[in-house]
Amino acid sequence: MSGPALRLALEIDGDGAHPAAWRRAAHSPDQLLSPRRVARVAAAAENAGFTLLTLDDGALPPGAGPDTVGRIGAVERAAFIAASTSVVGVAPVVPLTYAEPFHVSSQLASLDHISVGRAGWVVSEETRPEAASVWGRPLVDGALARARESRDGVEVVRALWDSWEDDAVIRSVATSRYLDRDRLHYVDFTADTYTVKGPAIVPRPPQGQLVVLGHPDRVPGGQLDVALVEGRDRSAIASGVAVAGTPRAFAEVEVALDTADATAEERVADLERHAPWSDRGRLRHIGSAAGLAALLGELTGVVDGVRLHPLVLDEDLPELSRLVLPHLFERRYAVRPLPAATLRTHLGLDRPANRYAAAAAQEDAR
Amino acid sequence: MTRTDPLDVPRPDARLHLGVFFQGVNHWTVWSDPASGSQIDPANFRRVAQTAERGLFDAFFLGEGLRLREVDGQIHDLDVAGRPDAITQLAALAAVTERIGLVSTSNTTFNEPADLARRLSGLDLLSDGRAGWNVVTTDNAWTGANFRRGGYLDHADRYRRAEEFLTVARAIWDSWEDAAVSGAADAPAWAAPGAVRQVRHQGPQFDVDLAPTLPRSTQGHPVIFQAGDSGEGRDFAARNADVIFSAHGNDFDDALAFADDLRRRLRAAGRPEDDLRILPGTEIIIGATEEEALEKKRWIRLQQVTPATALGIAGLLWGIDLSGRDADGPLPKEDPVVAENDGSFGARRIADPRQVVAEWREKADANRWSLRETVIALGPQRGHVGTPAGLADKFAHFVRHGAVDGFNVTPYLIPDGLDDIVDLLVPALQERGVYRTDYTGTTLREHLDLREPLTHRTTTDRRRTG
Repeated sequence: MSGPALRLALEIDGDGAHPAAWRRAAHSPDQLLSPRRVARVAAAAENAGFTLLTLDDGALPPGAGPDTVGRIGAVERAAFIAASTSVVGVAPVVPLTYAEPFHVSSQLASLDHISVGRAGWVVSEETRPEAASVWGRPLVDGALARARESRDGVEVVRALWDSWEDDAVIRSVATSRYLDRDRLHYVDFTADTYTVKGPAIVPRPPQGQLVVLGHPDRVPGGQLDVALVEGRDRSAIASGVAVAGTPRAFAEVEVALDTADATAEERVADLERHAPWSDRGRLRHIGSAAGLAALLGELTGVVDGVRLHPLVLDEDLPELSRLVLPHLFERRYAVRPLPAATLRTHLGLDRPANRYAAAAAQEDAR
Repeated sequence: MTRTDPLDVPRPDARLHLGVFFQGVNHWTVWSDPASGSQIDPANFRRVAQTAERGLFDAFFLGEGLRLREVDGQIHDLDVAGRPDAITQLAALAAVTERIGLVSTSNTTFNEPADLARRLSGLDLLSDGRAGWNVVTTDNAWTGANFRRGGYLDHADRYRRAEEFLTVARAIWDSWEDAAVSGAADAPAWAAPGAVRQVRHQGPQFDVDLAPTLPRSTQGHPVIFQAGDSGEGRDFAARNADVIFSAHGNDFDDALAFADDLRRRLRAAGRPEDDLRILPGTEIIIGATEEEALEKKRWIRLQQVTPATALGIAGLLWGIDLSGRDADGPLPKEDPVVAENDGSFGARRIADPRQVVAEWREKADANRWSLRETVIALGPQRGHVGTPAGLADKFAHFVRHGAVDGFNVTPYLIPDGLDDIVDLLVPALQERGVYRTDYTGTTLREHLDLREPLTHRTTTDRRRTG
């Protein structure tokens, strides 16, 4: 069956989704964090036709033991990538468990300005207790407390993005006023454990609100634009989408493809000697490019897009680029992003009205 | 002006270092001119950074303010405001520049060391060793209202926190051995076993325990900048900084006195006296002739000090709301009101308003100045005005006598405000042998001709250059 075309997202953290992915990378470890590599991966993904790149992150180093790898902050990488690309969307993972929501709001709004409206945000959590001692903050203990921090954090970040109306900069030479202070708003947000005054120090993002992605069991669906839906098969994903209640839903898909040198099975087995590719209950395809294309084709009509997590970027991205994406585009199972459009536009999401401007307009109408 | 004989000065081989401060929030940035561009459009940041790089500048700086400025509880609406998060913007510029240093102003009061140290390291790696950090502090609860912790810090503790913050940040930056990460594709481990140390710190301000996520950059770690002008701030710089910004760059004697004071403090802190670069902030206004430069300055000041801005600046001095008065009329008749500064604006604190007002009255009467003309003539102004040749002679004199190591230029117009300086002043400086003709290094530390980071100097005091 065929439904509306999919939007394709790619997770590009590190060397791939497998914790030992670096062992099969086409470069030595000391090249992973170089600007050339960060730019090269982004360019390859943009050229392939992905709509969105996501960058995983957290306070703790990824991997364990000999597979512990270095990681540059996702916001910094996203900004660098935004300046080295022109069409693809870019969404860093930023957890709010310990971070300052005011800083997160500024960083993400800046990313949207830098990318001229191509920015998103994957809301996540710091689940391991060691993250508290990295931040030097009291442990946020348990799933409920973490969900509370995410919920409050997203709420205040979104409020801060609206705290400047779009036309707050008036440059009124006659009155010497650069700003119209009536178009700037204190958010006066009261969270469970803190308060934030506002307004933001960054003007409203070009998209009004960045595209907010997350897992609906951890962030309330009403706060998300895109639910990232897990499920081992099509029907599990379909029921996940049904309960998410978000404007858009993307399926999480883990991918290992056959290459000229080794089958997907062999590649996975090689890495499993070092560390397990833990099962997060996601759809997983280990096999041929044609098989993946068929699987994704079956997801049209079920989800609005997919986020691919390739086993090893250096091995799987070329196969995706050469065999999978062209097939999806040819069959109209998926579409490329349009030039000169925002990420919201790519995803068919409207630019949201400003909550404060809307409130003021209502006030005026009375 | 006569040329200084280069052999007859204390530092005949000294070179001037230039930085550019994309300042963002102030009344010096002219926004009323048709050539004035957006303060948030990424193309303008790119344009200024690339122009500075064309002019072989050492660094591109971004400021920071963590709350929109207010006057009497209302958002200040006369000046340019609204700017990007510094590190985020600089990470983007790392992708479109190749040599210029990228310096972020980041606050130690409302950040946590592991997070900020990692963000700065990320910038340092993405720029291949071009990152700098201008360390600033805040003490007021008014700014704290935007943060989880609120206004928790006493004024006296802000430098204590900053110093402990730096200690932790450096421990994080130094936790990876050089070459900890393998250069071999078939390495048994991503990082050499034992080459990464856990960082544990317990102190009055911070209690952290972490496994740092990033190796060192090609310059070791980010270059440290500082801008405090109080005795406390200068001592902090003497102990910790690689570069100090100052407000002492207009008058030669004042600049030299400041530099001598810093050198004394450096020696007291056990550092060589040439261990710190002194870069006063300045505006530079260039004309083909002295008259043209002065005429340009007059025009710029009128754009900067609009009638409303003049009333605002005078209002702060008088402690009275002067809005609605006539800026082109005489000075207010009232005596100034000496009020407690509630810290809400972050405004310049005026020590003795009565004395300042008395001086203003005297000079305004003598020159028949209006209030606006008085503010322009006597208000907080800084900058060098002249022809390329005249300015180059003057700057050569400053740097060869050790009064400054360079300047941090604040363009009055975005994005074209640096063009004259790069196209006209830089060649004049090069002709005089006080400015580089090409980048000789790739890192910010190399541009500034600095030694290894303070924590990397072991038994011998390794110098990068003689």
